[in-house]
Amino acid sequence: MTARGRELVGIVLAGLIAGAALASVAIAREAHAAPEVAAYGVLFFALYVAAHVVVRRAAPFADGGLLPLAAVLTAFGVTFNYRLDADDGARQALWVVIGVGVLAFVLVALRHDYRVLESYRYLFGVSAIVLLLLPSVPGLGERVNGVRLWVSAGPLQFQPGELAKICLVVFLAGYLREKRESVASGRLKDVGPLLAIWGAAMLVIVQTNDLGSALLVFGIFLAMLYVATGRALWVGLGLGLFLAGAVVLYEAIGRVRERVTIWLEPWTDEKVYCALNGQLEYRQDCGSYQLVKSLYSIANGGFGGTGIGRGTFTSPDGGELIPYLRTDFIYSAIAQEVGLIGAAALLLCSMLFVVRGMRIALAAEDGFSKLLAAGLTFGFALQTFIIVGGVLRVVPLTGITLPFVSYGGTSVVANFVALALLLLVSSRANVPR
Amino acid sequence: MNPRIVRVTYLALVLLAVLVVATTYWQTWAAAGLADRQDNSVQRVAQLAIDRGLIFSFVPRTRLARNIEREVDGRTLYFRRYPQRGLTAHVVGYSTVERSRTGLERSLNDYLTGASGNLSSVLDRTLDELRGRPVRGNDVVTTLDLEAQRVAYEQLGTRCGAVFAFDPRTGKVKVMASSPTFDPNLVETDFAAISRITADCTPAAPLINRASDGLYVPGSTFKVITAAAALESGKFEPTSTFVDPGYCTVYGKRVNNFDTTRPFGTITLETALVYSVNSVFCNIGLELGAKAILRQARRFGFYERPPLETPADERSPSGLYRDGKLWTPARDSDVDAGRMAFGQERMLVTAEQMAMVAGAMGVRGRLVEPHVVDRIVAPNGDVVRRSRPTLVRRAVSAETAAAIARMMRLAVERGTGTAARIPGWSVGGKTGTGETGVPGVNTTWFIAFASRDEETPAELAIAVVLERQSGTGGTTAAPIARAVMEAILRDTENP
Repeated sequence: MTARGRELVGIVLAGLIAGAALASVAIAREAHAAPEVAAYGVLFFALYVAAHVVVRRAAPFADGGLLPLAAVLTAFGVTFNYRLDADDGARQALWVVIGVGVLAFVLVALRHDYRVLESYRYLFGVSAIVLLLLPSVPGLGERVNGVRLWVSAGPLQFQPGELAKICLVVFLAGYLREKRESVASGRLKDVGPLLAIWGAAMLVIVQTNDLGSALLVFGIFLAMLYVATGRALWVGLGLGLFLAGAVVLYEAIGRVRERVTIWLEPWTDEKVYCALNGQLEYRQDCGSYQLVKSLYSIANGGFGGTGIGRGTFTSPDGGELIPYLRTDFIYSAIAQEVGLIGAAALLLCSMLFVVRGMRIALAAEDGFSKLLAAGLTFGFALQTFIIVGGVLRVVPLTGITLPFVSYGGTSVVANFVALALLLLVSSRANVPR
Repeated sequence: MNPRIVRVTYLALVLLAVLVVATTYWQTWAAAGLADRQDNSVQRVAQLAIDRGLIFSFVPRTRLARNIEREVDGRTLYFRRYPQRGLTAHVVGYSTVERSRTGLERSLNDYLTGASGNLSSVLDRTLDELRGRPVRGNDVVTTLDLEAQRVAYEQLGTRCGAVFAFDPRTGKVKVMASSPTFDPNLVETDFAAISRITADCTPAAPLINRASDGLYVPGSTFKVITAAAALESGKFEPTSTFVDPGYCTVYGKRVNNFDTTRPFGTITLETALVYSVNSVFCNIGLELGAKAILRQARRFGFYERPPLETPADERSPSGLYRDGKLWTPARDSDVDAGRMAFGQERMLVTAEQMAMVAGAMGVRGRLVEPHVVDRIVAPNGDVVRRSRPTLVRRAVSAETAAAIARMMRLAVERGTGTAARIPGWSVGGKTGTGETGVPGVNTTWFIAFASRDEETPAELAIAVVLERQSGTGGTTAAPIARAVMEAILRDTENP
């Protein structure tokens, strides 16, 4: 079977999963599967078939696994957003439609040679930094939960950090391809721009309190630096710099300190000072409230889960039990309703996505393509790790989105752009000769 | 570049694999611990969909906790109601949405929600879940005697204190009352009303289970333990004689009898217990040393949480306390053994513990574990768990127990505890008046056992403790003990 044939089969499977999941929500809610749910299922399937047709045209030799895997992940996302809030589910579905549209656009626009991007690398580099710092511009940035992640322009809001990630990968792929020898030998002139990235990452933390994005950007940077130069020393140095910066910030910024405290000791047996209301409270009732409640949600799922649509997220009077469930904590909602089996399946899909993405990097012929594919794929893995690891108390919790799954337009669109680039690299590498 | 890409791939996969491991940890390994946490509102709300098991008293068979159904968003949810209001509030506890759980509602949650049970009941539950039917929990039948429980509260009135009564042969708890009490139905709807409850003590602290968690100065009730240690040591006999000058000298300081104007002169150990003579026990304490007495106290269960099915943090171990913490002295000289011997000197005890002491004396020295759950019954009628008499250990030899039981009987017959006499029953008891340091404000006690005659083992043991009393244990606590014992024994005779 050709790659496109496998892709189509995969999309059919993803469509079935999405249909079954949506039907479960409807049955749990209405005791029967409403006809419009079936329509949603068909629409979802049709959308990805359309994407498949575009891929067939614009990237005919691309890997057949990526699109179905993205379809499964978005199916999780749409289903759970719909399950938690029907309106948000519809909006998320709309964003997936837009995302697929953007995917098609990028595929068609760059179908001849995506490597033109390399010549705009500095533009991408500057854009990355501007986008990262945009939320801290007075009048533009919006503070949500103490973190500046959002930029609002009239009725439109978006999270520039998501797009910055992709711009950065494109810039680094171009820059490191060109300068990797001189960077490897440590010529100060060429190391300069890289130090600038470290500085930008630190500035992001100071300006926006957005630990997650800074960690993500810097992690991608180190991974690409290692792939390009092979100098473990550089990576170690970078890691040391980041840790040093983090320690200084830990001392200087209360919020960073608080995050770490919550991570290390979410439960206290005695009441401690609570910064939220200025009184003595148990930490589980104060700073670590979200984290702890989300862990309870996960634990309540157990091995098999409660069943989609049958989880517990609200109290009988309708109050929210777990704050920020649809964005930061979507994973704890999924883990409760589909249990360990389903959550492990979701993570397995992410792992498969990583494997396919890295295979593309291996198969690609030129340095730019290799770095681009490896950077995008590693970014996907690291982002998943940072947010899910935060929810699971593996690392301190920072509010970033789960790729393709979390509620949020910018995030979905940015991930589809990354997917389009991976497909383009893959198609070029697999051209039969 | 390829080998490096492979390495980065491994790193990425390891990161994601860590997430699988962490998810497994929280959903399997740590899940039970999280479910037990008091602030786990997710689990509490999730379990509202379960038709929670009912809780019953033993005699009469009355519902202490039941459910009301309510439709919320198309699902049937079950909310708890407590028809007996404050009568069994501390044992049964409460199960709410907002304010966690206490009492048996907390400690037996797995049974009440059907998560624990025998194989067939767990299977039934799983099938119900798959069919989408409401899951039925297991019912709990307690050993409580509701009428006697009511008598205990009538007797306690506005006074702060506790009554704990159980059958020392089987361990079945008949009465566990803590005053002031509260209406568990109000915990969710009107908690302010509970915080406004007043009583003869401040703070009134109605939520605390004083019967197993209230720590009090034991006063002269501790002499029973000192006497037991004295007889077990072999150095003393019931007929050993002492000269009572009306006081005892410890570290050069005088420790007075309750009434110093009338010294007893030359008396036996037996008479000293019957009339509760401090100086005699003070001298025995000095002779035996603190560690020997504590060793005997441990055999009665001191320094362990008193056994019961309620949550562990609603029960406190009895023993010496220093700076609010249970404390074991390393040397005899760390403790004033003379004062400890008659129940002062930082010794703090619970009513449950003292009832266990009295009970062991009535049943030839055997310390039996009190239990308040008689059986747990699955929805299909299967008995999932049935409590059986459990011997903790032999606390004293049968001879020692018999000798002390005799002294306690004499104390009720003609000594300090005459207010507890019950016609037709042989009651043995010991009064206690623990000084709190404020003159005229004492903790008063009465501990007792009752048997059909002097030869048969006791059928009932009781401890009554009252806070902030101006009278003595004999005048304040003993009448309560009698009234409650009469109520229980009446039910025993006409079941």
